[in-house]
Amino acid sequence: MSVLQNGVAGVLIVLGLIIMLVGSIGILRLPDFYTRSHAASKVDTTGIIFLLLGLAVLQGWNLAMVKLMIAVAIIMLANPVAIHALSRAAWMHGERPWMRKKEGED
Amino acid sequence: MEAFLTGAAVALVVIILIPFYRVVWGPTAFDRLLAIGAMGAKTVSLLCIFGFLYDRFYMFADIAIAYAVLNFIAGIAVAKYFSKQGRRAGT
Repeated sequence: MSVLQNGVAGVLIVLGLIIMLVGSIGILRLPDFYTRSHAASKVDTTGIIFLLLGLAVLQGWNLAMVKLMIAVAIIMLANPVAIHALSRAAWMHGERPWMRKKEGED
Repeated sequence: MEAFLTGAAVALVVIILIPFYRVVWGPTAFDRLLAIGAMGAKTVSLLCIFGFLYDRFYMFADIAIAYAVLNFIAGIAVAKYFSKQGRRAGT
């Protein structure tokens, strides 16, 4: 393994971990189901893609890299679709989105 | 590189355990399902890192792909169940 390969893989893995940490804190902190689903679908998917790309750079050119790319494609397609279906079910079930209160209301 | 990957796996376990708050104390059932889906999606990358650490990457990549597909199917099934129930209740 060359130094360049290790460096690029390390940067990608650390970037993916930071993005996934932001997504987890978003799931913990945001006020509403719909905003939480926003954090869970987009941010988490981006973090997982970065981490798996880092592992693929570390692996080099072989069959395992192809399998990692298949996993990346499945995650990219499946994770937002599943969360979209869940939030559509929540909308049909009667969940209403969180609104900031107007100034006179309080 | 092995020590770095071990540290990354430990950090990833901590990141996976953060949404567990929503699973236990989530206000609605949808919050719990969302947090479980997010935890399952992150477990795929944890499995890939384990494959590197155990030097059996081919096997663990297959397990990760199967886990991703299973997580997707579980999410779709639960969403379909809830949307049908909502329509029957008339909301």
